[in-house]
Amino acid sequence: MRYFPLTDSEREEIKKFLGIKDTKELFSDIPKDKSYFSMNDIPSALTEDQLLEKFKELAKKNKYSNYLSFLGAGAYNHFIPEVVNYLISKGELSTPYTPYQAEVSQGSLQGIFEYQTMIAMLTGMDVSNSSLYDGGTAAAEGVLLALRKSKKNRILIASNLHPEYIEIIHTYIQNLNFEAEFIEFDKETGKIDLSQLKEKIDENCGGFIFQSPNFLGVIEETKTISDITLSKEIYSIQVTAEAMSLAFLTPAAENGVDIIVGEAQSFGIPIGFGGPYLGFIGAKKEFLRQMPGRIVGQTLDTKGRKGYVLTLSTREQHIKREKATSNICSNQALCALRAAIYLSTMGQKGLKEISKTNHLNTAYFVKEASKLSNISIKYKKDFYNEVVLEIKNNKVEDFITKLEEKNIIAGVPLKYFYSDFENSILINFTEIHKKKDIDKLINAIGEIE
Amino acid sequence: MNKLQKPIFEKSRKGKIGYSFSQTEFSDDLITIDKKKLREDIKDFPQLSEVEVVRHYTNLAQLNHSVDSGFYPLGSCTMKYNPKINEKIANFEEFSTHPYSPHKFVEGNLEIITTFEEWLKKITAMAAFTLAPSAGAHGETTGMMIIKKYLSSKGDPRKIVLIPDSAHGTNPSSAHFAGYEIIEIPSNKDGIIDIETLKEYLNEDVAALMMTNPNTLGIFEKNICKISEILHKNGSLLYMDGANMNAFMGIVRPGDLGVDVLHLNLHKTFSTPHGGGGPGSGPVGVAPYLIKYLPTPIVYKKDNNCFVKYHEKKSIGRVKNFYGNFLVIVKALTYLMSIGKEHIRKVAEDAVLNANYIRKSLEPFLELPYKSKILHEVVFSDNNLNVTTLDIAKSLLDYGIHPFTIYFPLIVHGAMMIEPTETESKETIDEFIDVMKKILEKAKNDPEYIKGAPYTTPVSRLDEILAARKHILKWENLGE
Repeated sequence: MRYFPLTDSEREEIKKFLGIKDTKELFSDIPKDKSYFSMNDIPSALTEDQLLEKFKELAKKNKYSNYLSFLGAGAYNHFIPEVVNYLISKGELSTPYTPYQAEVSQGSLQGIFEYQTMIAMLTGMDVSNSSLYDGGTAAAEGVLLALRKSKKNRILIASNLHPEYIEIIHTYIQNLNFEAEFIEFDKETGKIDLSQLKEKIDENCGGFIFQSPNFLGVIEETKTISDITLSKEIYSIQVTAEAMSLAFLTPAAENGVDIIVGEAQSFGIPIGFGGPYLGFIGAKKEFLRQMPGRIVGQTLDTKGRKGYVLTLSTREQHIKREKATSNICSNQALCALRAAIYLSTMGQKGLKEISKTNHLNTAYFVKEASKLSNISIKYKKDFYNEVVLEIKNNKVEDFITKLEEKNIIAGVPLKYFYSDFENSILINFTEIHKKKDIDKLINAIGEIE
Repeated sequence: MNKLQKPIFEKSRKGKIGYSFSQTEFSDDLITIDKKKLREDIKDFPQLSEVEVVRHYTNLAQLNHSVDSGFYPLGSCTMKYNPKINEKIANFEEFSTHPYSPHKFVEGNLEIITTFEEWLKKITAMAAFTLAPSAGAHGETTGMMIIKKYLSSKGDPRKIVLIPDSAHGTNPSSAHFAGYEIIEIPSNKDGIIDIETLKEYLNEDVAALMMTNPNTLGIFEKNICKISEILHKNGSLLYMDGANMNAFMGIVRPGDLGVDVLHLNLHKTFSTPHGGGGPGSGPVGVAPYLIKYLPTPIVYKKDNNCFVKYHEKKSIGRVKNFYGNFLVIVKALTYLMSIGKEHIRKVAEDAVLNANYIRKSLEPFLELPYKSKILHEVVFSDNNLNVTTLDIAKSLLDYGIHPFTIYFPLIVHGAMMIEPTETESKETIDEFIDVMKKILEKAKNDPEYIKGAPYTTPVSRLDEILAARKHILKWENLGE
């Protein structure tokens, strides 16, 4: 077996050195009647060519790539420059452990330090961390951070926050004696009902978590929301599931947001059937000692040279044990590095341009689709790269099937998430869609009777 | 080269372009959003040409030690070789589909998930798995939430989780985030859980014991079956941290030992690269009576077709977006299929042979606080040395060897926790043993030299206290 460098004679040599006859003797602490179980139902080893054949068969069962897809809703198809894939596949970057030995980990550490800087630049925030698991768990960590800092036990949640994120927040807080209450959104605008927000803030409340652009694709009145939370002395936590929007819209910090969390898969990470992705967090300086996860800091070596180390570890599980700010150990370091490489490659100009293209493609669709009589665009104002399409005269399943017949996957049916969106789909446009793709979609929709 | 690199922001020059992509086909007139909601330039954001980006990250890569470049015996981290075919297969474009794609277009992916679960069930004897958790600690919390939900729905909510002092460092925090109070129980002189001690700590408020097995001393908890029996009699559950499964894969199945909940680390035993701190994957397996509490979504196979259940009444709920770290799962499945039944047992056998070889070779030179049999790792102490564990660790760097895990577990003074894994040759291990002897010899004659190590790394020892005091956590533009 190619992964085992020991030869049989070396094994014998080691056994002799250890004074044993059979390797089984090394395992004698394991209950005898339970050990050396039968391997009969375990498949035989495959050689490298057989592996390729096996997985090519599995790959063929996926028909997704034959379709023109407009699926978004928290996972986005963006273009990834080849240098990103090339650089991230370097074994020196992908095969180390967490950089505990800083002297031989400066590559990973500097890469993450630069990632933290880029997140801070994009969000306008004072501090970032080295990564969180994904957008949903980042949202949950954002809630826990606000409640830890405020020492309160109640969180308000925008009901148009990504439904999976809401589920994850619920899972995370259910055992911690925290309460959550929803703030509804206005069915006409798709935005948070601000009067309800004002009403529901009370003295037990530690924060309000909302998404912008929200799950329905609508950009929230973030500045007004932060003004309200500030005046009521609770924290505002913005979620952004589409990090590409950060390069187009006003940074969270400028809008007065206290904590921003979200999903940065859009920064050069393959859509990969949902993972691994990249949760990010940015916050005001006052949250630093309560931040979850790993943080890289700059320091000096004994010769006065600049270097990087994992820092602020007194917040962490291996030191603070059950009083730690999170239990995070391994997180998404390589995804964060991937994002840093992507952002460096795209640069100031590329990122802004691509981000704008996302919006323009969507705006073109909205303008053209508005001329169709069998659908309507639900929220025409303040979208970024996603919109809700309301289907008339057709059931959503039939509408989707008819488009699939034309090799189009149109969008995510919202009835999976909301009971009052019986006949709507959420549809996303990115830079990978060309005018001809959008026209093809519009024509295909137009042809549906 | 090993040359330190300026921050990428200082390499940036206005007007440089590193990307190439078709220009938009539409004019800005289409924008209807209020200008106040749109951002200006991203201040100080990098601007580099493509070759400069390639050089920056290539040079950074050369500053790292990695499994690909040399020996990495980091205890409890199982830094085994990461097969390259795994990467190739995980990069198949067909696998990179949208998670909300209609199921009929992603049958291959769903089959990968159910097939991998089948493999895990076969080698662990657990009844079902969730593949959702992103890492070991995430799996731990998920597992403890399952226990919490089960006990609560039985009308027997309990408050306490017992954790041995030889458990993994994440365990207390993970149990805390599932809503538990933690009580630490001491190991006995053999380095394992003492049955009589355990009994003293047990009462009707104990929900579970969280056992790392083999524990962080590398010792198998040989009384596990008895411990499980005692716990069950008390209405408590046995959680097993299976991060160290490399020690017994193919030898014994936790499900046969009375384990109720188990988590595994795909980035350890199952050969997926650690990525310098993730992404990992931490599947959780459960006994039959806990299946209904597993997190959603649940992917299952019926009559050769795969289905997904998004809601389940008793489930703890969702712990992660979509289906978990899917592409990591693809790599782990590739690994299991490549070793197959012929070699699966060899993994543990060679890993344990190598660890014992190191133990016996270094025992004359270092204090071994626990003399029990070890499996995949050995823990020495720096007692009776005139240098510290940190000094020895830093000296190893000068020989191109990554140090072992240091100062953990806490029950060993100046712990040196060494885990070689099965993917190291005897030459490599012999070289490590020789280097250790040399360092220890040098420490006797010239301790100051060892205390000043490392000498050959890109940077020398870094001032962590300064870092913790100054909080420079991002690059700042200090002008030209």
